Amino acid sequence: MPEPATTDTARPERKMTPKSIVIWTLVALVGATGWGVLALSRGEEISAAWLLAAALGSYAIAYRFYSKFIANRVLKVDKKRATPAERLDNGVDFHPTDRRVLFGHHFAAVAGAGPLVGPVLAAQMGYLPGTIWIVAGVIFAGAVQDMVVLFFSTRRDGRSLGQMARDEIGPFGGAAALIAVFVIMIILLAVLALVIVNALAHSPWGVFSIAMTIPIALFMGVYLRILRPGRVTEVSVIGVALLLFAIVSGRWVAESSWAEAFTLAPSSLVIWMVVYGFLASVLPVWMLLAPRDYLSTFMKVGTIVLLALGVVVALPTLKMDSVTDFATNGQGPVFSGSMFPFVFITIACGALSGFHALVSSGTTPKMVQKETQVRLIGYGSMLTESFVAIMAVICACILEPGLYFAINSPAGALGPTLESASEFVKGIGFAITPEQLAKAAEEVGEQTVVAKTGGAPTFAFGMSEIFSAVVGGAGMKAFWYHFAIMFEALFILTTVDAGTRVGRFMLQDTLGNVWKPLRDVSWKPGVWLASAVVVGGWGYFLWVGVHDPLGGINQLFPLFGIANQLLAAVALAVCTTLLIKSGRLKWAWVTGIPLLWDAAVTLTASWQKVFSDDPKVGFFAQRDVYQKALDSGAESFGTAKNRDAMETIVTNSTVDGVLCAIFAILILVVLADATRVCVKAIRNPGSAEIKEAPYVESKIVAPAGLWPTAEEKAELAAAAAVAGGGSSGDGSSGDGDGTSGGTPVAAGKS
Amino acid sequence: MTAVRTAASRIWWYVRELTGETAYERYVAHVRKDHPDAPVQSRREFERERTDRQAADPRQGFRCC
Repeated sequence: MPEPATTDTARPERKMTPKSIVIWTLVALVGATGWGVLALSRGEEISAAWLLAAALGSYAIAYRFYSKFIANRVLKVDKKRATPAERLDNGVDFHPTDRRVLFGHHFAAVAGAGPLVGPVLAAQMGYLPGTIWIVAGVIFAGAVQDMVVLFFSTRRDGRSLGQMARDEIGPFGGAAALIAVFVIMIILLAVLALVIVNALAHSPWGVFSIAMTIPIALFMGVYLRILRPGRVTEVSVIGVALLLFAIVSGRWVAESSWAEAFTLAPSSLVIWMVVYGFLASVLPVWMLLAPRDYLSTFMKVGTIVLLALGVVVALPTLKMDSVTDFATNGQGPVFSGSMFPFVFITIACGALSGFHALVSSGTTPKMVQKETQVRLIGYGSMLTESFVAIMAVICACILEPGLYFAINSPAGALGPTLESASEFVKGIGFAITPEQLAKAAEEVGEQTVVAKTGGAPTFAFGMSEIFSAVVGGAGMKAFWYHFAIMFEALFILTTVDAGTRVGRFMLQDTLGNVWKPLRDVSWKPGVWLASAVVVGGWGYFLWVGVHDPLGGINQLFPLFGIANQLLAAVALAVCTTLLIKSGRLKWAWVTGIPLLWDAAVTLTASWQKVFSDDPKVGFFAQRDVYQKALDSGAESFGTAKNRDAMETIVTNSTVDGVLCAIFAILILVVLADATRVCVKAIRNPGSAEIKEAPYVESKIVAPAGLWPTAEEKAELAAAAAVAGGGSSGDGSSGDGDGTSGGTPVAAGKS
Repeated sequence: MTAVRTAASRIWWYVRELTGETAYERYVAHVRKDHPDAPVQSRREFERERTDRQAADPRQGFRCC
């Protein structure tokens, strides 16, 4: 295929005005100063303001210049071409949605616990490696992936990533993508559930507050179903008020005689999680999932806005080193392995996350009003998520490093007492006294904060420091800590429920090929069976993670990271193939270079996890060491205190190692298949066929960016005049009536 | 004063759009415009069908990590 012609939208840029040259020079200076301070400070504590300046300055420049270049020159978005939302408008899933609303929807769908967990774990190597990867990764890879997938899916009536892989690469690559999505889902759910189990273990306050979300959600569900259907805002406000009350009352429960009933060991929490996960996924959506989704979206958006304000107002000081020794020696206690490749798989969400490709294809493209808006929605949402990740880095790095390592190292290494934990932290080169550890736990109303791995407690701790500095002082610290735990637990539980449903759906769809009745999603035994299989899958890894003597996060998080980046490789391979097939070989580097980087990271990580001789890194080396110890009749070895624990490690390491190898093979299959298709398209451009929906002229007039340009304002006014008066039609001039949904022409008014 | 009112009404509009509370209004407008003779579901029926559709295909509206 020849390269598509340049569209009107993409005509050569006009010269920048002197005013905008001055403004963008200033923005560049702010960003450069931030990076300069980060790079040059060695050994002294610096303010988080520099980190914010570096990140925000870079985002602004990237959005203004790079994303515009991709939209206009590479993708050639066309404002005259109707999107599927306009052509297939059915008022339900296909409907043109105001760009600002869709930005909110898309952001709420992509940002969850991921950007809060990965950066916290990666902070063991200092704040600099994580920050550089989050900012550079999002600009050149993550946001590019989200935007390009969104664009191509919009051109294909909102087809999913799996369907696009099958259509454009072939059945082989498509099948590999499908298997990858399923396995990743299982690992993702297990790791997220593990984060929650670790945060709630031995915490009556936390367990009580989270348990209360279930009756609150049930109440909201009944309210929406029976009392006042569809009144989402009012019921969400009631729900959030009840939620805040549940957090406050958690303290009373923790200080009362009921505390014992809500103090649960990790293994009991696993059982509760599995039972809950199964029930939640077979109950009707309206009862639990839908209302909790509203709650978690409210909490998510609200807390992120509060956190951004808190960071800017408090401007805390970073206490962590910029780069610790663990970056080079790979002996970090939180996760093993050196900076390359492990920082790049530990931080997925916030920099480059394959999972976003599932949201960017499928749901969002069916609602895009104008092709030109993919830049704001795809690239812009991802930049915002990246900013959330930067705030997570700040939360982790304002803690005393000694405290950070006491919270995040595996329990087996820290030992049973505060003294042993303090000794261990000293042994790895940081300092914290047992008294400081006891005081830290007391401040946030927990029995202990030692070995609360998984990122959520660290993040909550940092957030409580920031918030209590702004509002309420030290007395509010415990409230803010549990507020943050609640906020993470809420959307992790929603993801567990929704993810189990998606996994079940995929499983039923696949098994339905073998035995027809299984495909019927209303046939109860089939639903129960498939749910049990999915819950059993993540439940197994959750159980293993909780009981692993080496620390579940330490062992499982790399698997999750590799899996997520594998999905990114699939998405970027689809994008690169599409660019080449549509005659844009000269622009293939836009997604091709991120793809090569991602493949290098993921394959190196899998290689090391499978073949490394270092038992801390390589799963099979680990297996050998413990097997040998078992064979020699040893009663304990390393962090395994008895023979059972040693056998557990042997089994776990084998399973994890095999999974890693499978991931690597899947990546290679997708890459090989994509390369085959690309080479064919380059050799014989005439043969390449792309499956794009036909061109239909758009009747909607709507701005591309957040604020309409002068030219767009004129277009909107002209369209409104044709439509017979009314307001100027610009979306930002009084949207109070909000009833004109998907009407063409004056869509800016909707 | 009018500035405050305008700002408040814009925020209210945004919140209602974001939560999906306007889905029913959008549906009614859609039916009225494209199928003027078709009967319009009540809000109760419409909202029921909307959540039940999510149960039938959970991939709609899935959220990421």
